Amino acid sequence: MWGIIKQKLGARGLSAPVFGDCMHRLRPMASAIRRYSSATKQMTVRDALNSALDEEMAADSDVFLMGEEVGEYQGAYKISKGLLDKYGSERVVDTPITEAGFTGIGVGAAYHGLKPVVEFMTFNFAMQAIDQIINSAAKTNYMSAGKINVPIVFRGPNGPAAGVGAQHSQCYGAWYGSVPGLKVLVPYSSEDARGLLKAAIRDPDPVVFLENEMLYGESFPVSTEALDSSFSLPIGKAKIEREGKDVTITAFSKMVGYALKAAEILEKEGINAEVINLRSIRPLDRATINASVRKTNRLVTVEEGFPQHGVGAEICATVVEDSFNYLDTPVERIAGADVPTPYAANLERLAFPQIEDVVRAAKRTCCRSVPMAANV
Amino acid sequence: MALARRSSNLLKPLSTASSSSSFLNRRPFSTDDSTTITIETSVPFTGHNCEPPSRSVDTTPKELMNFFTDMALMRRMEIAADSLYKSKLIRGFCHLYDGQEAVSIGMEAAITKKDCIITAYRDHCIFLGRGGTLLESFSELMGRQAGCSRGKGGSMHFYKKDACFFGGHGIVGAQVPLGCGLAFAQKYRKEDHVTFAMYGDGAANQGQLFEALNMAALWDLPAILVCENNHYGMGTAEWRAAKSPSYYKRGDYVPGLKVDGMDAFAVKQACKFAKEHALKNGPIILEMDTYRYHGHSMSDPGSTYRTRDEISGVRQERDPIERIRKLILAHDLATEKELKDIEKLARKEVDEAIAKAKESPMPDDPELFTNVYRKGFGVESFGTDRKEVRATLP
Repeated sequence: MWGIIKQKLGARGLSAPVFGDCMHRLRPMASAIRRYSSATKQMTVRDALNSALDEEMAADSDVFLMGEEVGEYQGAYKISKGLLDKYGSERVVDTPITEAGFTGIGVGAAYHGLKPVVEFMTFNFAMQAIDQIINSAAKTNYMSAGKINVPIVFRGPNGPAAGVGAQHSQCYGAWYGSVPGLKVLVPYSSEDARGLLKAAIRDPDPVVFLENEMLYGESFPVSTEALDSSFSLPIGKAKIEREGKDVTITAFSKMVGYALKAAEILEKEGINAEVINLRSIRPLDRATINASVRKTNRLVTVEEGFPQHGVGAEICATVVEDSFNYLDTPVERIAGADVPTPYAANLERLAFPQIEDVVRAAKRTCCRSVPMAANV
Repeated sequence: MALARRSSNLLKPLSTASSSSSFLNRRPFSTDDSTTITIETSVPFTGHNCEPPSRSVDTTPKELMNFFTDMALMRRMEIAADSLYKSKLIRGFCHLYDGQEAVSIGMEAAITKKDCIITAYRDHCIFLGRGGTLLESFSELMGRQAGCSRGKGGSMHFYKKDACFFGGHGIVGAQVPLGCGLAFAQKYRKEDHVTFAMYGDGAANQGQLFEALNMAALWDLPAILVCENNHYGMGTAEWRAAKSPSYYKRGDYVPGLKVDGMDAFAVKQACKFAKEHALKNGPIILEMDTYRYHGHSMSDPGSTYRTRDEISGVRQERDPIERIRKLILAHDLATEKELKDIEKLARKEVDEAIAKAKESPMPDDPELFTNVYRKGFGVESFGTDRKEVRATLP
């Protein structure tokens, strides 16, 4: 039995539904299979996104991709490489540089039942289209009393890259996260990218899918389960990347990597940090976050976006509201600096969280250092 | 300012002119300002809802020489920026203008520093044309204090307010309504000046452009929309992005002119014509038919969506600097060797500016918090760790 299963896993020649069924029936054994097979593949986030798009487009002919340079150019960041050749120009649509227009067109197509994936070259450019995202996509199911749902995905890189300056570095997690009617996802690893993008495309509601340019080239191990085309991750569930008992560190996207590195450093100093990969800003997994803080009694939130009204602010509020008596020390927020992003390399470094910021804040919650507010 | 005077005894002895229309600070060539030379533009202008100007353009030997020298400097600057980017001294985005120099040069020859210019992110040469220095340019590109934005802006955010150059914008199309706003202010203040709002063929389809153009026309604003049509919006050719790539006609009721953007004299004539028009009759569109040799930015090879033959063909047939070189030689204003020496000098100036820019320090840490506001009322601002770094905004 095990031999046959291993073969099936290895061959990948089965049709998706059959394979999916096998996996489903074998779910209790899934962990055994994983330990048994050493087939943990490495995959870049870029390939993860590409394969997710590919599989979802193969599975559902209503899914199409539109955006600047997604077709002939193979994608500004090569996320959509090969898709034009495979699916043709009706399903991989190169648009002019007109975000307000093509976003509106995408939302309209979704009204009529298609499943657009609208790519923004970065979410900075999506500001030209934000009326369509909020007023035309997010609110329509509500305003129509459920008659018109909007199964659209808005995706693209979000947040800072490297030296791209003030107009190209903003994180929009907090803005979109505040809007009811939207779902906002923030993948970190390749498994996140695959599972969450597939879930987003299948979801009947508008999803804002915030990627990160710096993560595209990073490789992560992906389980065999994650490689399956029926794979998806639940929306609204955070993942505990690293279990710990002394302090809860919440992060999303690139900052998860920073939080994990900070946790390693803290470990050496005897502080055992629990790192939560949010995966979803809206819905925010308040249950997981609160359960964690009730265990550790300390909280550090990490994000690249501006601090005021940020994602961390909401997390802190939620924890203070729901788990006040469990907090041993004040909540800590690490965020981008409260300034437009400077270009110069040294200033840019000061403008975005570094691993040492996370370490310092975590230590403060553990009363390991005296907080100093340096007046610059 | 920063560059030393160079004299050359290889050159014909010439009178020094006090007023120079060139932005270079040292002039090895100061030529005749009084002799008129009449140049024919490469092709006639095509008008939309207007009578196009004549293709005969008057110039002087001095202007011809200045065109050559200035464009050679711009060309050198952009090529040097390419190398600096590859050596990672320039980070982020870098959009180069080589091939398009004639648009900046021709425009400057027709206008004053009280007329406004605003453009998108391919702005290094526009900045130079407005009087910016190589040192400010390279320093900004490398994120140093001597940069025109003190290292805080980067390649896409050069400004020169004292010469009415309002940037330097990263979001495609946004600069066009801004330009119409500059024109609005000029009219509001009853100035006798105009604004040139520059954009590319990629931006030409932006809705906000048409919104602003409608208002400019409604209110007779002295706005000149200049479409630098280099035929590619990043990797997308114009015919794949625009139903009508006749950008000079896209204003409908707003008149337009199609111009050979590789011909500095055609550009000069068109801008002169446009300025006169805008001051009397409101907005006009100029479409500059131009070409960029580099890709969209340094991360784009520029060869996946166009052939190398096309690129070298344009370089061969239409290069703006070559055109001026031929004119200078035809009118016997300088020898081949003298022109080559000018180019060598340009290279030297660029190298010196780069060396000096490298000496300029990176901004001090407190600069993180400067200029958030013009007037901050002493409000608090925070670093990444709000308990560790905070600042008072003046």
